[in-house]
Amino acid sequence: MNEILEKRQLNPTVKLMVINSPLMAKKAKPGQFVIVRVNENGERIPLTIADYNAEKGTITIIFQEVGMSTKALGKLNVGDRLHDFVGPLGVPVEFSPDVKRVLAIGGGVGVAPLYPKVKMLHKNGVKIDSIIGGRSSEYVILEDEMRAVSDNLYITTDDGSKGRKGFVTDVLKELLNNGNKYDEVIAIGPLIMMKMVCQITKEYNIPTMVSMNPIMIDGTGMCGGCRVSVGGEIKFACVDGPAFDGHKVDFDEAMRRQAMYKDMEKKALEEYEHQCKLGGILNG
Amino acid sequence: MANMSTKKVPMPEQDPDIRNKNFKEVALGYDEKMAIEEAERCIQCKNQPCVNGCPVHVQIPQFIKLITQGDFEGAYQKIKETNSLPAICGRVCPQESQCESLCTRGKKGEPVAIGRLERFVADWHMKNGVDEIDLPAKNGKKVAIIGSGPAGLTCAGDLAKLGYEVTVFEALHTPGGVLMYGIPEFRLPKEIVQREIDSLKRMGVKIETNMVIGKILTIDDLFDMGYEAVFIGTGAGLPKFMGIPGENLNGVYSANEFLTRINLMKAYDFPNHPTPVKVGKKVAVVGGGNVAMDAARSAKRMGAEEVYIVYRRSEEEMPARLEEIYHAKEEGIIFKLLTNPVRIIGDENGYVKGIECVKMALGEPDESGRRRPIPEKGSEHVIDVETVIIAIGQSPNPLITSTTEGLDKQKWGGIIVNEETMETSRKGVYAGGDAVTGAATVILAMGAGKKAAAAIHEYLSNK
Ligand SMILES: Cc1cc2nc3c(=O)[nH]c(=O)nc-3n(C[C@H](O)[C@H](O)[C@H](O)COP(=O)(O)OP(=O)(O)OC[C@H]3O[C@@H](n4cnc5c(N)ncnc54)[C@H](O)[C@@H]3O)c2cc1C
Ligand SMILES: Cc1cc2nc3c(=O)[nH]c(=O)nc-3n(C[C@H](O)[C@H](O)[C@H](O)COP(=O)(O)OP(=O)(O)OC[C@H]3O[C@@H](n4cnc5c(N)ncnc54)[C@H](O)[C@@H]3O)c2cc1C
Ligand code: SF4
Ligand code: SF4
Ligand code: FES
Ligand SMILES: [Mg+2]
Repeated sequence: MNEILEKRQLNPTVKLMVINSPLMAKKAKPGQFVIVRVNENGERIPLTIADYNAEKGTITIIFQEVGMSTKALGKLNVGDRLHDFVGPLGVPVEFSPDVKRVLAIGGGVGVAPLYPKVKMLHKNGVKIDSIIGGRSSEYVILEDEMRAVSDNLYITTDDGSKGRKGFVTDVLKELLNNGNKYDEVIAIGPLIMMKMVCQITKEYNIPTMVSMNPIMIDGTGMCGGCRVSVGGEIKFACVDGPAFDGHKVDFDEAMRRQAMYKDMEKKALEEYEHQCKLGGILNG
Repeated sequence: MANMSTKKVPMPEQDPDIRNKNFKEVALGYDEKMAIEEAERCIQCKNQPCVNGCPVHVQIPQFIKLITQGDFEGAYQKIKETNSLPAICGRVCPQESQCESLCTRGKKGEPVAIGRLERFVADWHMKNGVDEIDLPAKNGKKVAIIGSGPAGLTCAGDLAKLGYEVTVFEALHTPGGVLMYGIPEFRLPKEIVQREIDSLKRMGVKIETNMVIGKILTIDDLFDMGYEAVFIGTGAGLPKFMGIPGENLNGVYSANEFLTRINLMKAYDFPNHPTPVKVGKKVAVVGGGNVAMDAARSAKRMGAEEVYIVYRRSEEEMPARLEEIYHAKEEGIIFKLLTNPVRIIGDENGYVKGIECVKMALGEPDESGRRRPIPEKGSEHVIDVETVIIAIGQSPNPLITSTTEGLDKQKWGGIIVNEETMETSRKGVYAGGDAVTGAATVILAMGAGKKAAAAIHEYLSNK
C-alpha cells in the first residue's frame, strides 16, 4: 500500500504521482483530497485527488514543489512508499441536474483539482468550456486531459508563450461579454485568481464554486485551523468543504491566513536544503 | 500503626523555573520509601468511602495495604482488576473530585494521595514487573473499534482477552487519542501511552492508523467485512469558538490546534519536525479547564514571556484539576479571573495584537449550579497579546453520526446509548467515552470502554 507506481514531471515545478491505494480508489469522488506525510517526522500536507481508478486501485496526485514538504515528496521515486496517506477527505462536489453548461477555470496547479470535476461533468453530458492558465507555456498543465473533457478549451499565459497573453479572467470577461450563458462557473487556482473570477461572475449573477486551500493539519474537523469565513459563518474547509460558494467566501481573510507561517516555512526549507546538500537525514 | 500526618508525602517535582522551559515530566514520582510512608496514612476504613468516588471502583484500601507490605506487584494486580490504565489515571484523574474527595483522612488535613500511589505502583510495575500475556484461544469473532483514545483502547484490550479478533481504526497517524495529541508530554509522557498500545498489539489487537471511518469505510461497510460488533470511541474533538470579532486573525488558535501542533507534530523541535507553531511573547488562553492549563503551560515552554489564563468565572468554578492550577501558577502563568473576551484586535497585517475583555461579576447560580457571570458596564480593557488560544470546550465530531443511518444522537451531537450496555440505537453498535458524554475524563472513557466490552461479549455469546 501507498507505493508510488508512476511518477511524471509535468513542468519545472509540478509532478504527478500515481499511488497504489485500492480501498481509497474505491471510495474517492471528485472534490475530495488526501493528506500525505513523506516521512516519520513529516508535516501533514493536503493534496487534491486529481484522478482515481477503482479497477486499478490507484489515486493520482499532482503537486507543485513550493516548500520543504512538497520538495521532499518530489524526491521520492517509483517503488517508494508514502509514510502516511489518508483519505478520501472533504465533501465530494455535486451538481444539480439543472446544470447543463459549465465554465471551468483553472490557474497553475489549480487545474489538477479542477480536472476530476470537469471529467465527471463531461461524463454526465454537461457542456463545458474551460479556461486554463499559467505563467508561461511550460506551466500550463493537463492540457490534453482537459481538452478531452471540454467542448472548448482556452489557454492563457502571462507572457503569451502559449495561447493568449493575459489572465484567465480576460477570457472569462470576453466569453460573458459575447453573450455566453453558463449555469455554473467552477474556479480553482491561486486565491487572488478565484477572488477576481468571483468579482466578475457576481456581476453576471452566475453561481460560482471555488475550492479553498487553507493550511490544514488533521483534515478531520478536529483542529479548526482550516477555518474560512463563508457568508459570515466559520466553516472548516476539511469537513465542510473544500468547495464553497465563491460569492460568499472572504478571500482577503483567506489570503492572510495562508501567509501565516511564511517566515517559518522559509526557514524549514533552508534547513532542509542545507541537510540535503550534506546528504543528511532529511533527504528523501 | 497508621501515619497520622495531616499532609501528603510531598511529590518530588522539577523546579518550576526549570520545568517551565522543558517538556519533561513535572512530577517525578514517589520512591518506594515515600510510597510506603504515604500508604501508611490510609486507615483502612471498613466502609471504604474512597472506592465510591472512583468511577471504576478501584479497590483502594486493598491496593494501598499491599503497598504497606511492600508487595508492589500485588498492588498493581489489584488495581488492574478494574482499571486498565493505572499509569495514566494515576497521573491525570481529577482525584480531588473523585476518589480522594471522599477519603476519611481528608476531613482533617489532606486526603491519602491515592492518585500518586496508583501512579507509583504502575510505574514500579513498568520498571520491574513482567507482563505475562496468556491469551485465550481466538473465538473467531471479529469486532471493530473506531478511535484509539482511552475508551477504544480499553474496549479493545478487554475483548482481546476474551478471544475476539479486534481491529482498531484510528483517523490520525498515531494512536492514543487525546492522550497523544492533547495532553502534553510534561504531564503524561507519550512513552507510557505507547507502552499501553504496544501491549495491546502483543495481545493481537490490530491497529490501523490513517483510517477515517465515515470516509474510507462506513459502519455498514465494517459489518459487510465480517465485523460482528462495532464500538465507537471517537471522542469529542470538534473545537468550539466564541463567535466574537477577530477570531480568524492570524495568531488565534483553538487549543486543539495549538496542542496538536506541539504534541502530535512536535513543533517544539522545529525545524527537525517541520510543522510550525507561532507563539508570541504574550499569550492569552481563554478557558479554565485542563485544556486551558495545558495550552498555557505549553505556551510558556515554547518561550512566551507572559501567559494569561482569561476565565470568566472565579478560581473556585474552574473545572481544571487542582494540581494543574497549582502547577500553572508555580510556573508563572498569570490568572485573569472574572474576565471575558469580547473582541480580538489585529494589526494592519491581520496578526493579533490584543484582546479586549470585560470584567465580570458573579450573579445567581445557573443550570450548572455555578454562579452566572454578568459583564460589568464600562469595564472594557485591552490586554496586549500576539497569540490567543481558545480552550472553551469541544463537542463530538459529526463524521460518524452523519454517515451512519439509524444512529440516534443528542441535539449537541453526543451519541445516545443505553447506559447499562452502551448499545446505540443500531443493533451491534456500541459507543462510549467523550463521543457519548461530551468532553469528560480519561477514567470515564475507560470505564465506558470496559462496560461496552462486557456487553459486546454478552451480545456475541448469545448471538
Ligand atoms: C484541500 C487542499 C487541496 C490541495 N491540493 C493541492 C494540489 O492538488 N496540488 C498542490 O500542489 N497543492 C495543493 N494544496 C496545497 C498544498 O497542500 C501546499 O502547497 C503544501 O502543503 C505546501 O507544503 P510545503 O511544506 O511544501 O510548503 P511550505 O513552504 O511549507 O508552504 C508553502 C505554502 O503552502 C501553504 N501550506 C503550507 N502548509 C500547508 C498545509 N499544511 N496545508 C495547506 N497548505 C499549506 C501555505 O500557504 C504556505 O505559505 C492543497 C491544499 C488544500 C488545503
Ligand atoms: C488537552 C486536554 C487535557 C485533558 N486533561 C485531562 C486530565 O487531566 N484528566 C482527565 O481525566 N481527562 C483529561 N482530558 C479529557 C480526556 O482526555 C478525554 O475525556 C478522553 O481522552 C476521552 O477519551 P475517548 O476515548 O472518548 O476519546 P479521545 O481520547 O478523544 O480519542 C478519540 C480518538 O478517535 C479518533 N477518531 C475520531 N473520529 C474518528 C473517525 N471518524 N474514524 C477513526 N478515528 C476517529 C480520534 O482521532 C482520537 O484518536 C483532557 C483533554 C484534553 C483535550
Ligand atoms: S482510577 Fe482515578 S479515581 Fe479511581 S482510584 Fe485511581 S486515581 Fe482515583
Ligand atoms: S477513605 Fe482514605 S483512609 Fe479510608 S480506606 Fe479509603 S483511602 Fe484509606
Ligand atoms: S484541518 Fe483541522 S479542522 Fe480542518
Ligand atoms: Mg511546509
